[in-house]
This record gives sequence, structure tokens and C-alpha cells, in this order.
Amino acid sequence: MADVIKKATRESYGEALRDLANEYKDLVVLDADLAAATKTGIFKKAYPERFFDCGIAEANMMGVAAGLAACGKIPFASTFAMFAAGRAFEIVRNSIGYPHLNVKIGATHAGISVGEDGATHQCNEDIALMRTIPGMTIINPCDDVEAKAAVKAVLDFNGPVYMRFGRLAVPVINDADTYRFELGKGVIMRDGSDVTIVATGLMVNEALEAAKTLEADGISARVVNIHTIKPLDKELICKCAKETGLIVTAEEHSVIGGLGSAVAETVTECCPVPVVKIGVNDEFGYSGPAVELLKQFGLSAENIADTVKKALNK
Amino acid sequence: MDAKMKRDLQKTACKVRMGVIEGTYNAKSGHPGGSLSIADTLTYLYFAKLNIDPKNPEMPDRDRFVLSKGHTAPALYATLARRGYFTEDELKSLRHIGAMLQGHPCIHTPGIDMSSGSLGQGISAACGMALAGKIDGKKYKVYSILGDGEIEEGQVWEAAMFAAHYKLDNLVAIVDNNGLQIDGKITDVCSPEPITDKFAAFGWHVITMNAHDFDDIERAFNEADTVKDKPVAIIQKSVKGKGVSFMEDQVSWHGSAPNKEQYDTAMAELKKQLNELED
Repeated sequence: MADVIKKATRESYGEALRDLANEYKDLVVLDADLAAATKTGIFKKAYPERFFDCGIAEANMMGVAAGLAACGKIPFASTFAMFAAGRAFEIVRNSIGYPHLNVKIGATHAGISVGEDGATHQCNEDIALMRTIPGMTIINPCDDVEAKAAVKAVLDFNGPVYMRFGRLAVPVINDADTYRFELGKGVIMRDGSDVTIVATGLMVNEALEAAKTLEADGISARVVNIHTIKPLDKELICKCAKETGLIVTAEEHSVIGGLGSAVAETVTECCPVPVVKIGVNDEFGYSGPAVELLKQFGLSAENIADTVKKALNK
Repeated sequence: MDAKMKRDLQKTACKVRMGVIEGTYNAKSGHPGGSLSIADTLTYLYFAKLNIDPKNPEMPDRDRFVLSKGHTAPALYATLARRGYFTEDELKSLRHIGAMLQGHPCIHTPGIDMSSGSLGQGISAACGMALAGKIDGKKYKVYSILGDGEIEEGQVWEAAMFAAHYKLDNLVAIVDNNGLQIDGKITDVCSPEPITDKFAAFGWHVITMNAHDFDDIERAFNEADTVKDKPVAIIQKSVKGKGVSFMEDQVSWHGSAPNKEQYDTAMAELKKQLNELED
């Protein structure tokens, strides 16, 4: 078997910006002294005249992005998730969300897989924060192919978007030739009838691995990839609740306010079934290698499989 | 400035002040003090300076205006109404449920270029607009009014650094230096002084201006037009509550509306001023 190709979605983000710049003349990129890490440096190298470093000043960067968008530009404001959604929250809400401006926020280094930098930089709250802003679209792609397709999709979409990318290289699981990104649509990655694992971001691959393990144990697990967390594909979530009777969610984010919460809120309204949430359990992270941290926080195929079995009493 | 133009601007400013009183009285809330202190500057901008078309508020090459001290929206609304963006009747429903005129500026109102009011944010958006103009080689300018209390917000200085770094000489920030903020004198609360030195240190061209003298206002904005490669900060010395005797220089009028009696007194004073100008 060929080696699995791995790539960080932040890398995909930088490459997509570069590759789409010629087609989208209004695309401009802002960063806050993190171009080397967010990978907007890839864009900067190709289009220096359309790249604007705002320095270590995320609040102003979001406001500048708003002003650019108000004048017809499509700014991608880039920094770590912690600062994009955390530090700059109120500017995102009032200067971008309220006027509903066409700003794309490229938030990298989301979640626990930031690794060694530790708790101050491991943002497990961004989805929760962004979900509360009316009209904000939230995208959390699972791999390189999806991340690139998502950047293109948001360029064709008029409105504020929060895009979440990771630092860690993750397996490329989609086929670039056949993949089609539909904003707001969940994707059934694998069918199953006993449980639906609803996953987002790097947890999609873990969910697929878990489903394989479960199959060997005689459990048929459906895997749904939710790349667009808001607006959520409620129709698909409700269909899965009805058809499989149990949902396990998996996300590299706090269990408070993220995908799991969004799914649970939806299911309680349309078809109440048990929803078991896998995520970071209301605690701060700590330093360590990303892969090890993911395991320790239960963000692994193994824990997903165990959680499903437990929920099914098997 | 010739005498007739000056007289016309003074009359318009007086009507803008009446609009402020009308709006805040009917809203039973709002911020008359800081609205009255910027009435002359807004009048000058909208009636003598900005390249705008009230019939085409979205004109692509228009000059932009961002009221960073968004709580003084009553003055901006009164100015826009007089300029013909919407009817002056709208002022009476300011802050009412279902009204177009929100407590703080909203981008969806004709003539409003940016939602604002959370202090420190408007100036960043103005920087973005100025940068967009630079990218596209447009001639338009961007003007933004900030409060002197507002500049205590750290974001203002992030924006100040950014504007100077990108040489946004198409950006003019006006700091309304009336010396008062909610909790008292700015020098007692948490002093942002020396304001001129701070902007100069951040790489801005700084101009001081008497906010209630149209000759001086014209001089300041003309000087701003001559500046190259630097953003311009106009520090305008103003009187909070200007034009209504019992509101002048009173911090208590920062965020409270006149009652019926106060409304009548204020309107009578302003009408008297207007009559004197029309003689």
C-alpha cells in the first residue's frame, strides 16, 4: 500500500490563496506577523503587492479587513485561531458580523494539535465563539483537498466566513479529481446503520479509521463529515438520527459550543436520540507533541470506537 | 471663506444641532453632548468638503466617512437628513423599534459607510477603506471622527501605527477634543494627553483646529489636503454640548436626553441663534 500523503490544512490555505489570486482580482491577504506560520507567506511571495502585514495587532487587522470589504475587496485576514476568534472576537462581531461584510477569516493553528506551544495557543473555543455571531459561516475542512476547495467556495460566496485550519500535517483522504465542495452540505463518507459518527476537521479521518475497527467488531458505523459547521446541514443530521438512532460527534474543539453542541441542538428539535460528544472536555491543554496530545485528549480513532461500543452497550 | 458661505454653514450647523435635540428628545436617550461638539465639523464635511451624492450613496469613488465615536450618531443623522439622504422626519423615530436610525450607526442606513460605535473600531475600518483606495489608485479620501475618550482604546493606536506604516495620506482622523468622557474629565479618568504629541510620535501629520470656527475648520482641512505620505490627525478643540447653554461643557449631558422643558429651552435657544444668523 502506498504511503498516506499528509499535509497541514494551513499549507493548503496558503497555496489556495496563491493559486486563486489571478482569477479573483479583489482577493487581498492580511496577516498579523504570522505569515510564515499561517502560510500566507506563500501568497505573499507570489503577490507581495496584495499582501499587507498588520503587525501584532489582530484587533486592527479585523477592522482593516472590514474597511477593505466595504470598498469591494475580498480580504483574507489571517492569524492563529486563538487571536482571530479569541482576542479579536468583538471586532469580528461588530465590524464584520454586524455589517455582514465580505471578510474571510483564515484562522490557523486551531485546536490542541498546536502541540508544544501549549494552552495559551491551543484554541478549543473558536467554533463556539464564532457560532454565536449572526450570519457567520464557519468552515472546518478535514484535509488538503477540502481546504483548497473551501477557499475557492468562499470566494464565490458573499458574506463573512470563519475558516479553521490546522498546524499538524494530516492524511489527505479526499480525491482531488472527484471532490466537490458544497457550502453547508455534510458529506456521508461511509454508510452504516448502527451509529452515525459526525466528525469535523482532522477527526474525520479518525472517524473513518474507527468505523473500520467497528466493522471488524460487527458494528456498522456511518461517518458524516461536517465541513460547514454553520450553517449546519440539519437535514442530513436529522436523517442520520432517524436512520441510525445514535450519534457520536468528534471534533478537535471543546465539547461546549462546537460541532457536538450544534448537532445536539439540532437533534433535540427534530429527532431526539442520544448524542455522545467527543472533544476537549472543558479543560485547558498543555505542551507536548501534537499526535501524543490528540491521543491523550481522546481525539483518536481508538477512543471513537470505544465510545461507540460503550454507547451501544457492546 | 467668504461671508455668505460661512453664514450658510453656520445656519446649517444650527439646524443640525436642532436635529440632535429633536432626535435625542424623541428617543428619550442618546448622546447630545458629543453630538453637539461635532456638529460644525460634520456640517463642513458634508456641505463643503466631501465628494458625495445623496442620490447615489454608494457612488464607488465617493469620499468615505466613518463616525468612530458612533454614539454621537444623532449629529451624523441630522447632517445626513439635511443633506438629503433621508427625510428629517426620520430623526423623530431615532432609537425606536423598527426605526431605520439605530442607536449607533449601521451600514445599511443610506449615507452610513460603516457600522460603528464600539469605540476604537471605526478608525480601523477607515484605515481599510483608505488602503483599498491606495490599492486601486483611487482619488477618494476617508475621514473619521474619534472621541478624545475613545483614543484610550488600544485598538486606536494599532490603527495609528498601521496608517503611518502604509503612508495613508488619504486618511484624515479628527479627534474631538471636548475634554470630557462619561466618568469625568479625560485628564481625571485615564488621561490620553498629550494627544497631539502621541499622534506625531506615531508618524502622523498633526493639525490643531477650533471646532466651532468655520474659517479655522476650512484652514485645517485644506492643510490636510497638502500632506503627502502621512495620515493626518486633526485635533479639534471643541465644547461638549456646544450651542445649548445649559449643556455646554457639562459631562452630565454625555449620555442623557432632554426632557420636554429642556427640549423647549434648547430649541428656543437654537432658533434664536438661527434667527440672528438670518438677519
